[in-house]
Amino acid sequence: MLDVKNLHTEYYQGGRVAHAARGVSIHVPQGQAVALVGESGSGKSTVAQSVMRMIRPPVGNLREGIVSVNGIDVRLCTDRQMRQVLRNEIGFIPQDPTTALDPLYTIRSQIKEVLPEEDKRNADQVITELLESLGIVNAADRLGDYPHEFSGGMKQRVAIAIALAKRPSVLIADEPTTALDVTTQVGILRLLDRLRRERNLATLFITHNIRVARLLCQHVVVMYGGIVVESGPIEQVMAAPSHPYTRALLDASVLGDRPRQKLRAIPGNPPSLFAMPQGCPFSPRCANATDQCHEGLPSEVATEQGTRYTCWNPVAS
Amino acid sequence: MSTMTPTRRAPRRRGLKRSRHSRKPWFSMAAMGLFAFCGIFGALIAPHDPTQNDLAHSLAPPFWAEGGSTTYLLGTDQLGRDILSRLLSGAQVSFLVAVGAVLIAGAIGLGVALLAGYTGGRLDAFLTRVADSAMAFPVLLLAVIVVALYGKSITIVIVVLVLAVWPQYARVLRSEVIRIRNEDYVVMSKVMGGNARWAIVRHIVPNVVPTLLVLATLQIGFAIIAEGSLSFLGIGVPAPAASWGNMLADGRNFMQTAWWVPVFPGIALSITVLSANLLGDWLRQTLDPATRR
Repeated sequence: MLDVKNLHTEYYQGGRVAHAARGVSIHVPQGQAVALVGESGSGKSTVAQSVMRMIRPPVGNLREGIVSVNGIDVRLCTDRQMRQVLRNEIGFIPQDPTTALDPLYTIRSQIKEVLPEEDKRNADQVITELLESLGIVNAADRLGDYPHEFSGGMKQRVAIAIALAKRPSVLIADEPTTALDVTTQVGILRLLDRLRRERNLATLFITHNIRVARLLCQHVVVMYGGIVVESGPIEQVMAAPSHPYTRALLDASVLGDRPRQKLRAIPGNPPSLFAMPQGCPFSPRCANATDQCHEGLPSEVATEQGTRYTCWNPVAS
Repeated sequence: MSTMTPTRRAPRRRGLKRSRHSRKPWFSMAAMGLFAFCGIFGALIAPHDPTQNDLAHSLAPPFWAEGGSTTYLLGTDQLGRDILSRLLSGAQVSFLVAVGAVLIAGAIGLGVALLAGYTGGRLDAFLTRVADSAMAFPVLLLAVIVVALYGKSITIVIVVLVLAVWPQYARVLRSEVIRIRNEDYVVMSKVMGGNARWAIVRHIVPNVVPTLLVLATLQIGFAIIAEGSLSFLGIGVPAPAASWGNMLADGRNFMQTAWWVPVFPGIALSITVLSANLLGDWLRQTLDPATRR
């Protein structure tokens, strides 16, 4: 189980402070997948990195909040304890599998490295079974191959194998399909969905495409400018988005059954982390923005459909 | 089993086999092989004692020239010492100096590069400044100072060369370490709970090795030339021990009258250095695409 409460993460650069996450809360129960959606710079990767405590001084710091992985608060861990948490509890799937594997080692050796001790004795068998369960045919023949002998989708499966080899309870996938072509993407998404069910994984799926998230996730958390603007069951959020940003995200992505629909871009760019507007971070780009929006953030509002949003002027649905 | 796989896989080509860009430098490889062989076994196969005078046969020409004999295949110098034996003995000096200096400087350079590149921050800034300052110091001046303080010996030559060469390793390898430190697979190893030592030993060092190898090969040429120059100037390997540098220095007065005295060490030096550099160039071209795919 992954539980993030009121997380504040900062980056430091040349004496300036960037507030990359401001009071983010995410709850991922066992066996469920939660999508963390947002544009580049919205703070979604920051949240993932905070969970794995990859942000540390002098680069940045987790200033406030609780980041609990199966009840262990990673903010309170020593380095040694944190390595144990990373080794035993968290599996991470990288964005670009082509660079995530060391070109000098065989697939066997890179997976074996992370196997738990009890699996190391019959490592070849364990690795072969794992790879075949991830859809690599003739895995036994390919254990001695090097990463460059695999295609992108296959490399991603190897990366997933590395993430799962230690049997984690939490899986964090940081845009695991953006570096792959579309047909491969669907395969990987289906695979992740199956693994979540079979292994009862608490999955945090980071993506910029809310419609991709729908294939895999039950819940969605939409981030913008370091805050959670809307969250809730993904069907409800997509059917009736309350926050103008969620609405805009949906309008900006393709819907398969309505191919002729005109895509609408969101005007402007996300705010710089170092120059965050006062009030709602989306207010400079928001069509519904009023004076109130530029001055302060409202508190979170719960809807009847079970979604929550942070907005003064929600979209009428 | 393999007949059942739908696609036939291309034959494996990796490491040194990836020579799409240039032909294998057979000549350089053979020359370096010969150099290494003479460097290790020179004293055993030398027909004469390289320091043994034979004034009765001083300045004897090589065996094919008029007045030459097969006793002294490449002739003798002004003191009647066998030039072939001195060349072989000189090869040992060059080999020892080149390999010793390159290995020690490489180890120091790699250590500094890992420390500076991996740690970053102030330590990095400090070590980089030290390396820059060391590089700015002229080698010959350094050699003269060290020799004046500690006298002449092969060890001193190696020490001088190490002092001159390590910053080059440190600078080049440091940038490589920084590049590899930020590679996803190093970050991944930390995400999976690996510590810094693991990342360095398992990922960074092996990925730096190709660069180190190329640098080392190119530095061998430099070290041989530098030893020759120091010996030529009389601040290198002390007489009567033979070194290609001091053979050249002794022989340059006989250029007109007994060409074989300076020419043979000159040829040995040129071919060895050229081969080392060609081999280094080839290694660079061959290993680069493999590591920077």
